[in-house]
Amino acid sequence: MTGLFSEVFLSALLFGAVTAAIPLLLAGLGEQMSEKAGVLNIGIEGMMLAGAYLGFVGAFYSGSLWLGFLTGAAGGVAVAMIMALLCVRIGLNQIVIGIALTLGLEGLTALLHHFQFSRSYPRLPAADATIIPLLSDIPVIGPAFFKHHLIVYLAVALVFGMGYLYRRTQLGLNLQAAGDKPAALDVAGIDVIRTRTIAVLTTGALAGLGGAYLANVGAGLFIPFITNGAGFLGIVLAMLARGRPVWVLFGALLFGVCLSLTTAMQVAGINIPTDVIQMLPFLAVMIMLVLFGRRASLPAALGIPYERGAR
Amino acid sequence: MSIDTAPTASATALDATSGTATRRDILHRLLMTLGPILIALIIAGFILLAVGVDPLAYYGFVLEKGLFSPLGIQQTLTRMAPLLFLAAGLIVAFRAGMWNLGGDGQFLLGAVTAAASAPVLVQIMPSWLALTFSFLIAMAVAMIWSLIPALLRAYQGVNEIITTLMMTFLGTSLANVLVKLMFRDPSTTVPQTRTLPVEDRLPRLFETTITSGLLLGLAAIIIVHLVMTRTAFGLKLRIVGANPRAAVHAGLGVSGLTVTVFAISAGLAGLAGAVDIIGVQGNVRADWNPAYGLAVIPAVFLARMNGFAAIGFVFLLSVLSIGGESAARRLGVPNHFTLVLVSIVLIVLALAEYVDHRYNQSRKA
Repeated sequence: MTGLFSEVFLSALLFGAVTAAIPLLLAGLGEQMSEKAGVLNIGIEGMMLAGAYLGFVGAFYSGSLWLGFLTGAAGGVAVAMIMALLCVRIGLNQIVIGIALTLGLEGLTALLHHFQFSRSYPRLPAADATIIPLLSDIPVIGPAFFKHHLIVYLAVALVFGMGYLYRRTQLGLNLQAAGDKPAALDVAGIDVIRTRTIAVLTTGALAGLGGAYLANVGAGLFIPFITNGAGFLGIVLAMLARGRPVWVLFGALLFGVCLSLTTAMQVAGINIPTDVIQMLPFLAVMIMLVLFGRRASLPAALGIPYERGAR
Repeated sequence: MSIDTAPTASATALDATSGTATRRDILHRLLMTLGPILIALIIAGFILLAVGVDPLAYYGFVLEKGLFSPLGIQQTLTRMAPLLFLAAGLIVAFRAGMWNLGGDGQFLLGAVTAAASAPVLVQIMPSWLALTFSFLIAMAVAMIWSLIPALLRAYQGVNEIITTLMMTFLGTSLANVLVKLMFRDPSTTVPQTRTLPVEDRLPRLFETTITSGLLLGLAAIIIVHLVMTRTAFGLKLRIVGANPRAAVHAGLGVSGLTVTVFAISAGLAGLAGAVDIIGVQGNVRADWNPAYGLAVIPAVFLARMNGFAAIGFVFLLSVLSIGGESAARRLGVPNHFTLVLVSIVLIVLALAEYVDHRYNQSRKA
């Protein structure tokens, strides 16, 4: 038991927490943008899977992790284009299409994996870290937070970029209006469909990137159903964050710690079913909701396709 | 705050009772269902070609094993039983405007409690009584599980999509914990619950392998359909679904109705779990999660929350999944292809409905 609370163990635990949190963060930030603009994007799990698969394929065949991130994001965008076309442009039911896309991508990526990689299960080499000087020398915290792949820092920076976008820019206000009062935005001369399409495609890019990170850095390989509900967790995070990107970050870290704890307990040989630990973050959030449950502040037009001139 | 995903859906929710379907209507509906399915099969066929499988051979297998062979059709009808219960539960919730997306958690907890109680109960009482009790316990547990999202939605206005999604993650893990720690069968090495002997399970229909759970499922969904369309209670729920604020002004106890809707919806999902265990599986293995809910949700939407249409869609889902499983074994196409097929079918059906709607509009104008 002494080994459990040693410095090395603790920093490994926190390192794992950050690694586990990044895909959730990216998914949550993406979903948040869609929801702000009034699109409930249930297909995000499918977008992450497309990103994970294509991200792995890209990185595996090119040998470049960055190219993998690029193909992953492109994969997410490709799925998001279907979603934008069907749900934003022609206004089909977002829950039906979202779930259908998730099911389809689950099947398709597993199928492709079966024919391509299931005999060899190839792995990528460990991702090289960008070590931040000075900060990384702090005991425990240094190795846990400042020895990650460059994309991790970029993802955290994105949180603040998003905050700026929503509060200080025209596009941010347009997104907000597209979710709260699309008709008003339309009257102001701004294309609602276009605004929402931008939001959905951005969601796709972020979710795809999150999936690619999960496969390429987190696991080092692609396995079917690798996201394992991460997209749905992203939806939960986005809804809990009430429109604030920084809360997505906190939420993602909370879930990340619990996910990392699951692995750490197994390594430490503690005999608790991992399911118990997997329940912890959800329990924590449910208890918070029961204690402080306030009215959700969701965009008024969330989930309703915009049709000009409709009642 | 409710999320109204489809203005058309809530509009049809209220006028579903009016107007009797003429023969032309039914023919039109049938065409608008079978046509898109055919198109979906063609699109999916190209994917099969791309991975080097003969689509005609594959579909031949799916049809033969899922629909036309005696054993296949019996398996298909058996698979329908839990799906029908799930669909019934979703119809109640969706028509009342509540997005119960926690069906899988409620299903699994119902399944685990049924699997834990049935083998014990059959030893101390006649088996029909034991099974009845198991069903009731499973239903009660699922109802209790839905209480937190229901109360939060009813009295705090917390969005139920978040809470039910989280409860489904919690429920899936809790079901595993229960199987591994509390209800584990000590006589096996694999973590699973004690197995209900075949002779104590739900009887099979006549000389077939079809579970009588099918009849229970059909009864459940038809009762739900009639209650929602023909009774005052159903009308109240549909008003809450169409416009909760108007419902308050009409003097309806919206909070109480919300909790009731969640209880019914979750109870039916729990029964779905029980009917799958007591009728077919006999036990729950650790990490077992068929995730039926995910496929049934879009099917219920496409059925426009109409019970009879939902039966049709559930039948289609069952044919595809049973046929797909057999074809997977024979042709070496992994079972995952079924997911792709179901997904394409759902999307094309949704598109067809849109096109049909547009066509009708332009004809009226």
